[in-house]
Amino acid sequence: MAEKLLELNNLKTSFRIKDDYYAAVDEVSLTVNKNEILAIVGESGCGKSALAFSIMGLHTRAKIEGDILFKGNNLAKMSPSEINKIRGKDIGFIFQDPLTSLNPLMEIKDQIGETLLLHNKNMSKTQRYERVLDLLNKVGIPRAEHVMNQFPHELSGGMRQRVVIAMAIANKPELLIADEPTTALDVTIQSQILELINKLKNEMDSGIILITHDLGVVAEMADRVAVMYAGQIVEIADVKTLFENPLHPYTKSLLNSVPNANEEQDKLHVIQGIVPSLQNLPREGCRFADRIPWVDESEHDKHPELNEIEPGHHVRCSCYKHFSFPDESKEGQHVLS
Amino acid sequence: MSYLEVKDLKVHFPIKGGVFGRTVAHIKAVDGVNLSIEKGKTYGLVGESGSGKTTTGRAIIGLNNITAGQVIFDGEDITNIRRAKSDARKDVQMIFQDPYSSLNPKKRVMDIISEPLRNFENLSRKEERIRVQELLELVGLSPESILKYPHEFSGGQRQRIGIARAIALKPKLIIADEPVSALDVSVQAQVLNFMKEIQKELDLTYLFISHDLGVIKHMCDEIGIMYKGRYVEEGTAEDIFTNPQHIYTKRLVAAIPDIDPNKREEKRKFREEVKKEYDQSFNDYFDEEGLAYKLQPVSDTHQVALPERG
Repeated sequence: MAEKLLELNNLKTSFRIKDDYYAAVDEVSLTVNKNEILAIVGESGCGKSALAFSIMGLHTRAKIEGDILFKGNNLAKMSPSEINKIRGKDIGFIFQDPLTSLNPLMEIKDQIGETLLLHNKNMSKTQRYERVLDLLNKVGIPRAEHVMNQFPHELSGGMRQRVVIAMAIANKPELLIADEPTTALDVTIQSQILELINKLKNEMDSGIILITHDLGVVAEMADRVAVMYAGQIVEIADVKTLFENPLHPYTKSLLNSVPNANEEQDKLHVIQGIVPSLQNLPREGCRFADRIPWVDESEHDKHPELNEIEPGHHVRCSCYKHFSFPDESKEGQHVLS
Repeated sequence: MSYLEVKDLKVHFPIKGGVFGRTVAHIKAVDGVNLSIEKGKTYGLVGESGSGKTTTGRAIIGLNNITAGQVIFDGEDITNIRRAKSDARKDVQMIFQDPYSSLNPKKRVMDIISEPLRNFENLSRKEERIRVQELLELVGLSPESILKYPHEFSGGQRQRIGIARAIALKPKLIIADEPVSALDVSVQAQVLNFMKEIQKELDLTYLFISHDLGVIKHMCDEIGIMYKGRYVEEGTAEDIFTNPQHIYTKRLVAAIPDIDPNKREEKRKFREEVKKEYDQSFNDYFDEEGLAYKLQPVSDTHQVALPERG
């Protein structure tokens, strides 16, 4: 049995809008093991990033309920100063946008050095810069001695993302959370960055949470996949099962809407409607029901729960048993209607 | 004669320097691009960021100054499109990359879509309103939304507003610059399906600029691959995806993530091989400055940038 690194129990993160609290992350329970990549997929607005920020304790005004157990310690109950000791040291975070997540006024060596300094107070300056140089080489930055004295604006997008990764792994974290690490990058650089993340996983034996909406990236990287919709996990399985035998209608819809470079398709599948906003989320019944209106109401559970169908394969709601796509060639014009 | 022909297009940007701000050098953003598109077809322009694909598109429509070369559209020289006498400015329209920043947040949908109409057609208020409502219906938005502001729409809907604006004047050629890069997969599918539909309905020709090869393969008949302002390879979608010749194209095609997790190892090995080949033979495919050579035909439809032999 793999070693558990992170365990979420019924995590619920709510934000206050006017006078009410609305849950952006709802009933999320999952585990991340050592030396494992767990991918979290979903459309924008489904709560992927809110979940990651909750784990890191970066929401300042949210109400967080449930447990976030990191190696047995509950992060949800810790004071900010205690979290500060863990964040950046045992848990590293790669932010989405390399253009905005670096301080434009700081040289690269000091940006990375700051993370080192905060967690190793007695490290000397020379030691620190040596370590920075080491890290830059590790993430594959050419001419690292030169780059460490540069400012972020002097680097390209791919290089900046590497700097962000170097910062995240500076203290050899046991858990790495990567929030859309390659979304802003070109395919060739994307494949290099993903390769790098993979290498780090094997070298440091870390657990990685990879948040993305790119299913190609998921297929290439993940060991297990959790699909999120409207704040909840609707399906969780190991990567092969998920791609070969997806069950939940949402997972199927997502997989169907990707233009595939290997297959000819004339028309792509479209998921009707949009992800509902936080205030308009249906709080009862199957949350995806509105977007598959051809499925009869009676097929959905009243209180859908994440059920284990096979070992390791969990699906929410029983509507998947009766789900099939309508014949799109006949229905045809629904894009225009 | 093709519908759109671009001959030896060059766009150079000056670098100013020194005390007097004199031009010290040029950045060759686009350096000798040739392309031709048949009517009703979709031509894909692919490349990494900074390869000059967007600049090429912008130069054709007149948003960047052309340093040298010629653009011929429907038999007419529109190199200087801003001075073109005919309807070329109406006939060529653009869909922009980012639906969040390409719509004026202070304007209502009505004003955004009717702006091109106001520029070129003399319509009464009432006629204008009817036209805008028709357009909205065509792109699948409710006609009541004319009084809304852009922030009230989702990303996909905004991109549709951008498309409505682009097709308002019944154009013949649309330059679509990364129209779906900022969108989620499901929304991306909507917009792509929709673009295909209106292409048939309105007999449109597309110049489709993207870095996403999956999308390009889905949409395009012919594809050109750019690197540092030059073409490295051009051919039909089949040529490029099943028989890439240039090492750069090979690497690009190899980098596409595969949606089948069973092929992961296979793909990784393949990528490593291609990477090795790329490093080893870089000098065979690029000149001393690291730029691509001139295109040489390998078949009727397929051209590759290779050094001249002998």
